[in-house]
Amino acid sequence: MANPAVKQDPLAARIEGLTLPDGAGWANDARGAALSRLTAMGLPRKRDEYWKYSDPTTLNAPEAPRAGLFVTDEAMPFSDTDRLKIVFVDGVYDADASDDLTMEGVEIERLSDALGRDIHWARDYYGVLETRGQTPVERPLAALNTAFATDGVVIRATGKAAKPISLIYLHKSETSDAILHHLVKVEEGASVTVLENGPAAARFSKCMEVEVADGGQFHHVRAQGRDHERRASTHMFARLGQESVYKSFTLTVNGILTRNEQVVEIAGDNAVAHIAGAALGDGATGAFHHDDTVFVTHDAVDCESRQVFKKVLRNGAEGVFQGKILVKPHAQKTDGYQLSQSLLLDEDSSFQAKPELEIYADDVQCSHGSTTGAIDEEALFYLRSRGVPEGAATDLLVLAFLAEAIDEIEDESLREDILTRLQGWLDRHRG
Amino acid sequence: MLEIKNLHVSLEEEDKQILKGVDLTVEAGKVHAIMGPNGSGKSTLSYVLSGRDGYEVTDGEALLNGEDLLEMEPEERAAAGVFLAFQYPVEIPGVGNMTFLRTAVNAQRKARGEEEMSAAEFLKVIREKAKALKIDADMLKRPVNVGFSGGEKKRNEILQMAMLEPKMCILDETDSGLDVDAMKLVAEGVNALRDEGRGFLVITHYQRLLDHIKPDVVHIMAGGRIVKTGGPELALEVEQNGYADILAEVA
Ligand SMILES: Nc1ncnc2c1ncn2[C@@H]1O[C@H](COP(=O)(O)OP(=O)(O)OP(=O)(O)O)[C@@H](O)[C@H]1O
Ligand SMILES: [Mg+2]
Repeated sequence: MANPAVKQDPLAARIEGLTLPDGAGWANDARGAALSRLTAMGLPRKRDEYWKYSDPTTLNAPEAPRAGLFVTDEAMPFSDTDRLKIVFVDGVYDADASDDLTMEGVEIERLSDALGRDIHWARDYYGVLETRGQTPVERPLAALNTAFATDGVVIRATGKAAKPISLIYLHKSETSDAILHHLVKVEEGASVTVLENGPAAARFSKCMEVEVADGGQFHHVRAQGRDHERRASTHMFARLGQESVYKSFTLTVNGILTRNEQVVEIAGDNAVAHIAGAALGDGATGAFHHDDTVFVTHDAVDCESRQVFKKVLRNGAEGVFQGKILVKPHAQKTDGYQLSQSLLLDEDSSFQAKPELEIYADDVQCSHGSTTGAIDEEALFYLRSRGVPEGAATDLLVLAFLAEAIDEIEDESLREDILTRLQGWLDRHRG
Repeated sequence: MLEIKNLHVSLEEEDKQILKGVDLTVEAGKVHAIMGPNGSGKSTLSYVLSGRDGYEVTDGEALLNGEDLLEMEPEERAAAGVFLAFQYPVEIPGVGNMTFLRTAVNAQRKARGEEEMSAAEFLKVIREKAKALKIDADMLKRPVNVGFSGGEKKRNEILQMAMLEPKMCILDETDSGLDVDAMKLVAEGVNALRDEGRGFLVITHYQRLLDHIKPDVVHIMAGGRIVKTGGPELALEVEQNGYADILAEVA
């Protein structure tokens, strides 16, 4: 507070305490370019159309707002899954807590190792999809991430990965401000599953760039939860080759502010992209604001995309969905689907949705729907009249509401795991 | 079993009285039928007894084995033994019929302090009962009542009743929408449950159901009251002459 009369530029203030990590020349160039993008765009502002429903103030603030640690003895999500664990504590890779990074079918390295090497495949990918994702809509927080990310992993799937790669984000400092950047390259015909969970940090910025080559498969299941004071801005940028598959599901419970952006570019014919999310918020246990912002571009023939986002909100919880399907002129035979729904368990909660279709090809099938509704009282009474207590009856209806999103998780054991989390949340948040 | 005394009920939303002093007692082991013109308040009575929202009891009481029903939540009434086979069963997308029924059976058992039914036992029992009602495995797996035909919905109600084994069964026009064979199945389902410890209140417009489920007592409801009570012959009289004579007689 040297001179409060001089209003400092918010971007300068935001990045004042950050330093561009030093690596190989190409990596420094990529970071420098990201910083230039960021400088040109500036930080997101409340008045920006893309931030109409979510307030970026705390994401822009020079310091992370304090976030209490959430202590639970409950087993973490995916505990029962045979997986390769990679642990970050407050955004720093923890080698001791992590498994050995060697595994059949994939090459895994720490981001700083990859970016420190003069010759590395990551050279052609770091920041590339993020850059592409900046048009037509600017995503300054992603550029900030690319510039300043201090840690992360780079994953190259060369065959069928033997096990899912499980990224675990632990939160141990109340003031941690973590910036992680992951790079995933799925080679032709290869496949990998990436799991993510954990509170991460007081403020968490995470960017994952996913390049899926022809015939490759990328599966992603994420559980965000149990940290009520989380403020997170996450980005997934993906580009899909021919006949490739990208499937991402996110469960979000609690969190003061979570903005999950997904930017998927379908570049090869016959590719499939499914992006789904289930979010549950209860304002009684702290403010809840959850924002899913999705942009799917169809730039090839005969491709399928599905967006299925469901939100259950109570006690003043806020949900946002901004989803777009853009079909380029030659992307014929596109099958695009987008569904965003909220179930408001009371009148204090709110859901804002901005579904958009922009179609330039003539032979396509695209549909979108967005609804906001309350619990069906007739159904609730019917269940109760059979002896199901009100809370359990509401849970049954909530689970029924979420089913279409949950069903997007292909792997049965992962789906069961997510359902267990959901049930746990419902048990703890009875009306 | 069920004692309804001077029950007066209005709608909560609008100032409209629907039940205007219903008196009715169903003894354990007996089947009572209620007939009456459209809009006379039969379904309203069944909803008030099972605890649906939207009604205000302005006077009177309803007791189940001496317990004040009207004070209880719907699920408490169910656990106490009240069951309503809905005139219009509700469709619940996304909730499987089996999951729903097992949750209901075990919730009731738990509420009564009884042991819960294991998944295997439940499966065995429901298969048996479904078979008797000609409800196939596919219907059991489907979401509750979704895409069921009118008759299938009614059979599903009886299946639920058979699984829950309630003490006081209220059937609201369970015969409507049933073909002749289905009506027999449903009647058999009901008759199989007839028992000394169980009471039935069967709401119907037609004598035909009562050919299969022989009532001990028949009531005529009109204008929110029971206006006449008699034996099975009363139903025959209605079948032949309609309500005009009876209503004229009590007016
Ligand atoms: N929620 C409501 N809003 C307005 N009117 C209602 C409501 N519920 C019941 N009523 C009215 O109360 C009266 C009794 O309705 P009820 O459904 O109990 O009749 P019923 O005897 O079951 O008729 P039916 O033989 O046609 O099934 C009718 O006039 C009906 O229109
Ligand atoms: Mg009726």
